[in-house]
Amino acid sequence: MSSDTLQVQLQPKEYKSAVKPVWCPGCGDFGVLGSITKALAGLHIQPENVAIISGIGCSSRMPTYLNTYGFHGVHGRALALATGLKTARPDITVIATGGDGDGFSIGGNHFLHTCRRNPNMTYIVMDNQVYGMTKGQASPTTEPNWQKGKLTPAGTGINPFQPLAIALASGANFIARCSSSDSNGTARVLMQAIEHPGFSMVQVLSPCVTFRPEQREWKNRLIPAPEEMQATSDAAEAARLLLTDEGVYTGILYKGNRPVYQPKLESSMENIAEFEEEFRI
Amino acid sequence: MNRQSLSIALTGSGGSGVMTTGSLLLEAASRSGWYGFMSRSSGPQIRGGEAAAVIRLATEPVESPDDSFDLVLAIDPASLNRFVAEIPLREDSLIVTDSAAGRRSGGLPEVPGRVFDLPMQELAKTVQGGRPNMIALGAIAKMIGLSEASIHSALEKILASKGPDIIETSRVCVQAGLTAGTELPIFDQPQLDGASALERWSVTGNEAAGMGAIRGGVRFVAAYPITPATELLEWLASSLPRVGGVLVQAEDELASINQIIGASFGGTPALTATSGPGLALMTESIGLAVCSEVPVVIMDVMRCGPSTGIATKSEQSDLNIALNGLHGDAPHLVLAPTSVTDCLFTTQWAVHLAEAMQTPAIVLSDQSLGQTRAIVERPADVSFIAKRLVPEQFEDSYYRYAVGESGVSPMSVPGQAGGQYTADGLEHNQAGVPSSMPEDHYSQLEKRERKINDFDYGQHWADLEGSGSTAVITWGSATGPVREALSRLREQGNDVRLISLRLLAPERPLEMAEALKGVKRLLVVEQSHSRQFHRYLRSAYDLTTEVRVFNRPGPLPFRPDEIIQQLADWTGEAGT
Repeated sequence: MSSDTLQVQLQPKEYKSAVKPVWCPGCGDFGVLGSITKALAGLHIQPENVAIISGIGCSSRMPTYLNTYGFHGVHGRALALATGLKTARPDITVIATGGDGDGFSIGGNHFLHTCRRNPNMTYIVMDNQVYGMTKGQASPTTEPNWQKGKLTPAGTGINPFQPLAIALASGANFIARCSSSDSNGTARVLMQAIEHPGFSMVQVLSPCVTFRPEQREWKNRLIPAPEEMQATSDAAEAARLLLTDEGVYTGILYKGNRPVYQPKLESSMENIAEFEEEFRI
Repeated sequence: MNRQSLSIALTGSGGSGVMTTGSLLLEAASRSGWYGFMSRSSGPQIRGGEAAAVIRLATEPVESPDDSFDLVLAIDPASLNRFVAEIPLREDSLIVTDSAAGRRSGGLPEVPGRVFDLPMQELAKTVQGGRPNMIALGAIAKMIGLSEASIHSALEKILASKGPDIIETSRVCVQAGLTAGTELPIFDQPQLDGASALERWSVTGNEAAGMGAIRGGVRFVAAYPITPATELLEWLASSLPRVGGVLVQAEDELASINQIIGASFGGTPALTATSGPGLALMTESIGLAVCSEVPVVIMDVMRCGPSTGIATKSEQSDLNIALNGLHGDAPHLVLAPTSVTDCLFTTQWAVHLAEAMQTPAIVLSDQSLGQTRAIVERPADVSFIAKRLVPEQFEDSYYRYAVGESGVSPMSVPGQAGGQYTADGLEHNQAGVPSSMPEDHYSQLEKRERKINDFDYGQHWADLEGSGSTAVITWGSATGPVREALSRLREQGNDVRLISLRLLAPERPLEMAEALKGVKRLLVVEQSHSRQFHRYLRSAYDLTTEVRVFNRPGPLPFRPDEIIQQLADWTGEAGT
């Protein structure tokens, strides 16, 4: 159901709603909000043809701050909501947003299976390695010796989840890492993520200035991946990079050509009374 | 009573093909003009274990198992052991078995009835690739007077996928069975010409529900396999693409419910089907559909619980979770079909209601409806289709959750310019912006309750029959046996009222008061151990009459004579 109105090019700020974010001053998610608006404006996608779908957490508040369609669902199920919407409405640009806890812990199963299914949508995970909304617990991507989480005062002692390596192994078709401090660079990656067919997984390292203030240093640590490693379509090469780069390389780290999930929605029946044939005696 | 009926059970050990034999028998009988149904009783084994095909044939439409069985055909004698409770027999019941089969596992259990020997194994050996179950089919056909032509056309249809060789082998076996059957007692032949004049269907409750969903407008289904809902999903998986729809096999039930909410948010009427364990997993997100006002339909084909329970057997014990499983104040619809045929009507109605009120509807079918194949008159066409209130044009600001008189607010669809909003499980104001203000919470709670309470459900909220001062109140699959019991009593001049609820939530206090007017005694009939339906009635309605409860858990179905006995005991004690 596309709009009949004239498709005018909008400025990024016109994709924002009037609602003021609940985020703390300095939160990395502000930068990601800006990147999303720049990417949508850059691609000339009308706000009514976009749906931002999320679960629960600080970054999952994203849909409310955009002047697009949105769905702020329950914790961990954003990708399932998004898959249903995209499958039924392939004409809509569907973007799921959320955090590391929502996507990789409570929503971990959907993450695996959405990568595997490879629907044509984009998933933006604002990874800050902490549960911010519940005030500072360790998340699946938290390093094992972080001792400030009140549920794990001795540290988690367990290996962090490797979202991009797992996305690659599970079947995602586009994999990128960005820094929220580079709003324009992130926007450029998002434009490619949205345009690339299939499931595009974009991890944005987005500092939690309240519970992980040391993450302000990320912007000094993250570096663009070497040119020759960018946007490889060789999964083995991408895997080697993702498993060895200690999470510091940014950019498009895999751009594949895997088959996209989109059932055809075409009726072949003139009258549903034809179903009665199989029941009739 | 004018109706003639025959109740037949086929039992066998795993792989003996009793379900195929039962299906062939029902198909052949339907071609000869019978009505009837076949239910399935089996253990959890994928292969092996004992299984029973339970069939009732009748000269008129029939919904209930009879009080007892006229004929049991046990492919091997010991296979009847497991079903002694499920297959009540009389002294004049006929038991046909093969005394030479399965000697190692023991013989027939001690049950009433006259036993006849049919050497099915030996006869099958005379045909290359022959099987005892096809000998059984021929023998039963002879005993109940089915024509060879009807058996042959049933073989052609049901064994089509097995290829011509298997069909031919089966035909030869059936012939041997027909010949052997001449040695067995023959049942009286009923008049069957009336039925064939009307259009009849052979349909299961699960297929009927699927048909109701598609007729109602459902075009997106996401689901995870679970017994006994799987056949509903299988039917939809192959049928939906024909009408431009799709079924997605989801990774789990959490994904199923959220995928359908996503699809419905996009404007496509959507449904999932599951059983108790899956419904339990879905409850959080059903609450999301309530709060964000997204219409969805959840079919629960109930089985014995709690936990994994008895996955292959029927029970009416998900009523509590369907009514009360959601956290917070979460008004939603709960409906239940009252027969195999009614699975079509009630599912179609549920789609219409969910869409009209932008709310989730849970439909409580069960194993005994879903997996029963019935020969019925063609269900009447009903006009209920999905019709959602969608805004045509937008003012300067669009209020997705505007509080109006009906409580139903126009719902925009992605793609509509000016209709952008965020659907939210957070409490929100009329614009859909999250709000923790008490006035927003009150007004949205009140709106969501009012829209389903004030809706005009018409006459369909319950099936009401009769007008006596004694009434039986029931729901779902228990309706069939109750209806037959009351029909027998009515023929004896004893008018007992039937109240069978199709709409369980929201409550209908005014209609119920009217339905109960003049009732002095009310018998509650339900298939749950903890009297879930009785407790629901007590909390939802003013029951000013004397009330008794006849309840029992699954899997044993109610039988009409048990209900008649309950009523007779009560009347006897009262001295009237």
